[in-house]
Amino acid sequence: MEQGLDNVRSWGLLAEFAEPEQLIAAVRRVRAEGYTQVEAYSPFSIVEVEPALGLPPTRLRYAVAAAGFAGAGLGYFMQWFALVYQYPLNIGDKPLHSWPAFLPITFEVGILFAALTAAFGMLARNGLPRVHHPLFAAPHFERATIDGFFLSIEANDPRYKMPDTRTLLESLGPRSLTLVREEFEDVAHATVAPEPRP
Amino acid sequence: MTDAPQSAHQTATDDPVEALRKRLGRLRGRELWHAIEELAESPALHRWFEETFPRHSAAMAEAVNRRQFIQLAAASLALAGLGGCTSQPREHILPYVNQPEMVVPGHPRQYATALTLGGLARGALVETHTERPTKIEGNPLHPASLGATDLFMQADVLSLYDPERATSYLRGGVLSSPDAFISDYLREWDALRANGGAGLRLLTGAISSPTLTTQIQRWLDIFPAARWHWHEPAHGTGGRLGAQLAFGRDLQPVFHTDAAEVIVALDADFLTHGPAMIPQARGFIDRRRMRAGTTTMNRLHAIESNYTATGAMADERLPLRPARIPAAARYLADRLGVASGGGDDDGLTPFQRRWLDRAAADLRAHAGRSLLLAGEYQPAAVHALAYAINQQLGNFGTTITMIPPPLTGTPDPHASLAELAEAIDAGEVDTLIMLGGNPVYSAPADLDLGNRLLKVRQRVYWSLYHDETASYANWFLPAAHELEGWSDARAFDGSATIVQPLIAPLYNGWTPHELLAILAGEPRVPGQELIRRHWSGRLDGEDPEEAWRRALHDGIIANSASHPEMPPMATDLPRRLFEAWAREQPAAPETLEIIFRPDPTIWDGRYANNGWLQECPKPMTRLTWSNAALIAPATADRLGLANRDIVELELDGRVVEAPIWVLAGHAPDCVTVHLGYGRRLGGRVGAGHGFSAYEIRATSNLWQAIGARLRRIKTGPPLAAAQYQIQQGEREFALQGNLENFRDDPEHFIHLHHAEEPVTDLYPEGAGLFKNEPLSWGMSIDLTACVGCNACVVACVAENNVPVVGEREVVRGREMHWLRIDHYIEGPADHPATIFQPMLCQHCEKAPCEYVCPVKATVHDEMGLNVMVYNRCIGTRYCSNNCPYKVRRFNFLSYANENETRALQYNPDVTVRMRGVMEKCTFCIQRISRARIDAKNEGRPVRDGEVTTACQSACPTRAIEFGNLNDPESRVVALKQEPHAYGVLEELNTFPRISYLARVRNPAPAAEEDVSPS
Amino acid sequence: MKKLRQEHPALPPVLEPNQDYGRLVDQVSGVILRQPAPRFWWGGFLLGLSLLMIFMLSTLLLFGRGVGIWGLQVPVAWAFDITNFVWWVGIGHAGTLISAILLLVKQDWRNSINRLAEAMTVFAVTCAGLFPILHLGRPQVAYFILPYPNTMELWPQFRSPLVWDVFAVTTYFTVSLVFWYVGMIPDLATMRDRSRNRLARRLYGVAALGWRGAARHWQRYRTAYLVLAALATPLVVSVHSIVGLDFAVSVVPGWHATIFPPYFVAGAILSGMAMVLTLAIPLRAAYGLHNMITARHIDFMCYLAIATSLLVGYGYFSEAFFAWYSGSGYERFMMADRIMGDYAWAYWGLILFNVLAPQTFWLAGVRRALPLVWVISLVINVGMWLERFVIIAGSLSRGYTPSIWLNFRPTIWDFATMLGSMGIFITGMFLFIRLLPLVTIHEVSELVHHQKQLEGRLGEVAR
Repeated sequence: MEQGLDNVRSWGLLAEFAEPEQLIAAVRRVRAEGYTQVEAYSPFSIVEVEPALGLPPTRLRYAVAAAGFAGAGLGYFMQWFALVYQYPLNIGDKPLHSWPAFLPITFEVGILFAALTAAFGMLARNGLPRVHHPLFAAPHFERATIDGFFLSIEANDPRYKMPDTRTLLESLGPRSLTLVREEFEDVAHATVAPEPRP
Repeated sequence: MTDAPQSAHQTATDDPVEALRKRLGRLRGRELWHAIEELAESPALHRWFEETFPRHSAAMAEAVNRRQFIQLAAASLALAGLGGCTSQPREHILPYVNQPEMVVPGHPRQYATALTLGGLARGALVETHTERPTKIEGNPLHPASLGATDLFMQADVLSLYDPERATSYLRGGVLSSPDAFISDYLREWDALRANGGAGLRLLTGAISSPTLTTQIQRWLDIFPAARWHWHEPAHGTGGRLGAQLAFGRDLQPVFHTDAAEVIVALDADFLTHGPAMIPQARGFIDRRRMRAGTTTMNRLHAIESNYTATGAMADERLPLRPARIPAAARYLADRLGVASGGGDDDGLTPFQRRWLDRAAADLRAHAGRSLLLAGEYQPAAVHALAYAINQQLGNFGTTITMIPPPLTGTPDPHASLAELAEAIDAGEVDTLIMLGGNPVYSAPADLDLGNRLLKVRQRVYWSLYHDETASYANWFLPAAHELEGWSDARAFDGSATIVQPLIAPLYNGWTPHELLAILAGEPRVPGQELIRRHWSGRLDGEDPEEAWRRALHDGIIANSASHPEMPPMATDLPRRLFEAWAREQPAAPETLEIIFRPDPTIWDGRYANNGWLQECPKPMTRLTWSNAALIAPATADRLGLANRDIVELELDGRVVEAPIWVLAGHAPDCVTVHLGYGRRLGGRVGAGHGFSAYEIRATSNLWQAIGARLRRIKTGPPLAAAQYQIQQGEREFALQGNLENFRDDPEHFIHLHHAEEPVTDLYPEGAGLFKNEPLSWGMSIDLTACVGCNACVVACVAENNVPVVGEREVVRGREMHWLRIDHYIEGPADHPATIFQPMLCQHCEKAPCEYVCPVKATVHDEMGLNVMVYNRCIGTRYCSNNCPYKVRRFNFLSYANENETRALQYNPDVTVRMRGVMEKCTFCIQRISRARIDAKNEGRPVRDGEVTTACQSACPTRAIEFGNLNDPESRVVALKQEPHAYGVLEELNTFPRISYLARVRNPAPAAEEDVSPS
Repeated sequence: MKKLRQEHPALPPVLEPNQDYGRLVDQVSGVILRQPAPRFWWGGFLLGLSLLMIFMLSTLLLFGRGVGIWGLQVPVAWAFDITNFVWWVGIGHAGTLISAILLLVKQDWRNSINRLAEAMTVFAVTCAGLFPILHLGRPQVAYFILPYPNTMELWPQFRSPLVWDVFAVTTYFTVSLVFWYVGMIPDLATMRDRSRNRLARRLYGVAALGWRGAARHWQRYRTAYLVLAALATPLVVSVHSIVGLDFAVSVVPGWHATIFPPYFVAGAILSGMAMVLTLAIPLRAAYGLHNMITARHIDFMCYLAIATSLLVGYGYFSEAFFAWYSGSGYERFMMADRIMGDYAWAYWGLILFNVLAPQTFWLAGVRRALPLVWVISLVINVGMWLERFVIIAGSLSRGYTPSIWLNFRPTIWDFATMLGSMGIFITGMFLFIRLLPLVTIHEVSELVHHQKQLEGRLGEVAR
């Protein structure tokens, strides 16, 4: 049975832990072993995991700042263009370029651009939305949003090798350990033309 | 199943209506009307009309089923369309100014004609767009107009298009036709001729028309036994009866206020009341146009019971209850050495005597250039005494002249009507022909004319409206409006005008001349022929055709004014006066007096169905859509009454329920009620507002009576007043000062708080647009000259298609007037000083309304106008909130009137605003554009005075001046440089383009210290 | 957390001890997944729906007949309509305040109530946003106010505070919505994985955008969320300042005051806090969330109410003071008229409700008596409405020109529209309670995590 499993093209290994501390320890360990394609999953953000995974700080905030200033500039230009350049009118005999009156809108447009950039930038860089992912097929993984703390090592990791990787993870005392398969379509495909044994 | 036979029956009756609709579709103009008349004979249509007008049909009981209802709806639709048809007048009439080759759409023409009030003419120039009268202006050549108008003239054009005017000839309440009436009348002709017309009576209104006079005379020649009565509910007889008393001659006084340096008005509202109002007001104001360097002005002492606009204009005002006014006249006479024939027990207080002493001294000091002006509603004796005093002062010939009465007929219409009533009781009246006047509604209550009429066999009634009297008539004839037919009329000074039609009769009505012609046995003579027949040979000028054209063109018949006469004063005048005074009722202090007066805006009730006049705020009370029992604050306290109280108003056992309005300045111990309200029939606009004072008015005391009683019964709904707060406190809106201060220092004779603070402006450069444009419009309003007559208000409504919103909306504070006349009072409540302030868009150069509009719907144009872009306005109302003058008006609901007949009046140059849009004064931008186009075509700059706003051209006293601020020569610039010119709320840096000239008063010397004890 | 505990040992904990992730999730998701819905939910939902019907009716009439169905007139051309607008915008301010500002200053007690507050913001601003359109009476032309290119080269008049409003409120609504949704993504994922119903799984799954709680995602997520908070904070201040400028920019006596922007913001926060209390207290009882919305939350919100009510009180004072100090007769008269004129009842009412009533929160006893707190929070809501009404209708009815002075008389449709807008709010809130996690699961779980660590350390300290 497991033999069979090994032979189907797999996405990677998924280990589940009961407590955040175990997860953190596990991450440190597999990283120490030199694995790179490692990811941790938790129902809430655990700050300690990120250095353990060796993640670089995100550059999102720079994008937000840029968008904010661009928006503000656009907002001011729009008002200047409309009231001073394109269609000047005598309105209450106010100066055409009455900049103090232009500031509120400038500010609001800037904020709007920045906020939208922050939200959608985050989603884009996270590759979301993506409603279909091999992990979702894995048993127990739904607990990743409730009370499960998971560690995955992807099969495309250069160090990924059966059965060593599995024994490594087993040694960390996970609540469960799963071999995550590729998408079902691929499985079906595999049954039609099984891969030759190595 | 059951439908089948019914529907078959129905289709049978379908045909006439169908046929009617088909035929009407084809026909045009005059044939069309005949077509209707013929069709009218068809039985099916009779049934239809019975059902449409159930009031006049016995068929009221018949139920109308759905199918019939649909037929009626369809047919009435077809007929309603006819209301909108205008056809060119049949006769040839002449344009006032240079006649164009053809009618140019969008290029209005003016025709000269005249409109009557109480029978007397005021000359008018009527603006017509493609032969459709839309606006009435004054005729500068006419003595009663002098180029200005009163509010009634302005509103007449709306009455013309009133969709509720009577549209059909009715016999016994059933649709009939003109021909039917003629044949009916001629059928009785021989019988009438045989007995010389015994039992034949004619009842008309006041008549000054020379043609009509001769026609009536001719009719009386045909029927020697017939009688002519006349009835004019608002007609004051004092002047003529007083002349009979004083001179033994029937003469009419003419007052020349322009020659008077001192005027003492005895209960006379001569500035805003009656057909001679305009020349009297103009003459009065011309003597008090205060400019830099002016050191003198005339002075007006007013003695009155009600608080009228004239009282507000007075420099010295003495509120007196009516019973004391003859006493005051006698006191003046004694002071001036005229035998008054009265005793000494005049019941005047020391203060009142001192006041009268000052007035008398003033009169004497200006003997020959003074005027004691008695009001037309004062009894004959007071007038006779006034004549005597004026003669004593040598005022005859300068400030007052006597002329033969321009009105024909007996001097006293009220007596004439009473005679008719007696004749009916005596059974002497068999056929009564009534020309307008709505006698059933407006006759004195003691005559009970309605029930008396039923004793008359044949009751013919000719009127503009199907009113109370119409429902008592068994022959109803629709009248032609004054703008629809040929006629002629005399002005207050006797000068005659040819009245030419501006449009063919909308409802095929008859002019009185056409009707009289029929009565005299010559039916269907064209109206023009009747008039020309009378004037042929009477017009001077060798070529009669040329003279006729001239008369029409000028709107006045050259030197037709009556020549003044000066008969000797009756020697036994004192004895006659003594007898007159002896007939006076004594007025105990606690007894309440009642005063009847025509309404300031709907007159005797004939304008009740005119929305413009109903919604025009009445001077002093600022009430709209209703009359009220006006009492002084002191009286209100004594009787424990307040505004909104409904009282039972009782006089001689007759009772009417009236709302109370406390009017500061009204004389104590008397109550003023205005006639003309409480209409039951005669249109949806007029019916059901206010109460009818006629119901308690008796022949014995038409104008004032002693012994009225007020009993509070309940609290009523709020009255629709256009203004509630009449104190301006410290605020500097309407400013006034005294003559001597003005002489000393015109700059500072009025104190301006903000004048000390320097005006600081953060952006003096402003938008930097529109510098050195050729045109920049501005206005100046002289508060000394504004008599608060409301002519400008109605003129603005007429010119700018301002909607009428109705009583409920006015109560909610949603009246739409672009121009309003604010009233502010100063001083104690028992004799306050009221000042009028016309308030309209100030066209601020730094307009607060503009910079808050989110959509550029209100901006400045290159002529400095603050313009509204209606189809850009989305209705946030922020501009109105930010307008310090609150002159912007919002269409909270859909106010524009879609009735196609009424819509004919709309000024095609002005947008009719839709719901949800803000609007306001535009400085009559359509007139500005027209002037600019003309100027451009002639390749010249716009001349000063070429553009006149509607309010300016209507103003009887020329209080409003409008012109180009960039033209240093223009009159408006000169006025703005006057020392006493100021802008309202200047301290807000709004830079208003309207400047007001502070009002100057001229109180009598030593009057300041002497204040009333009360 | 630890610091806090050491500084204030007396303070009750943010969460009750010995929480467990799974139990917590069960509890929160239970609110949603429980079938059938509790009786009181149906009660509230139906109440909301019926009010919503009233709103539909009055709006139909309004668009058919025009704003004339309200009591508006000249001079009082704004009354209930703009009052409701400002009132709703104000209520909408607590959400962003609690979420954003408290997040930035690391007030972790916010976690239990911020979702609720954000939802409140979204629906309140929805109501607010409707009124500027309603008060035109002609919604079909409302778009004139937006800057859209057109052949006539016609643009909005950007100097008008009303255009500022449009930008401010739209931005505020968008940002609040985004902030709300982003904060909800992990919880939606939880719901996806928690719910058994197939359809629910699908819907939550789509809404969760495939969130799987990867550490890399969490990292960017935290940044984005913090950035949003940092942006929302100045935004929330700017929005009500601009609303205040609607009045301050004008020349109307009683409006033309520089104090307006800050004092409007303070008022907004006060009303927002009041509304959060109004909602949180019954929900807490109904769903037994005592372990998450603890007495300390109530305390903190009461403190905020006290602070802001004092600020508002200062606003009232300075209004009166500067009216006198300006030396302008018009301003002085306006102030006198507020205190003694026809609207005095409303003025003293708002002083009582907004300034005096919240002071009772100084007493711990009052703060503990939740029904009383709830009543006071209601009273504050009323008071804030009165404040805006007095400022708007009161000032307009006594402008510069005496001849046109007139009091505002509301019609039945004024009240119908106001109650109706509450229908929108209530319906929205109850749908939210029923369909979305009421409490931020992932943040509370994180809190539990910290608490466990803390308890661990405390244990060590004990040993």
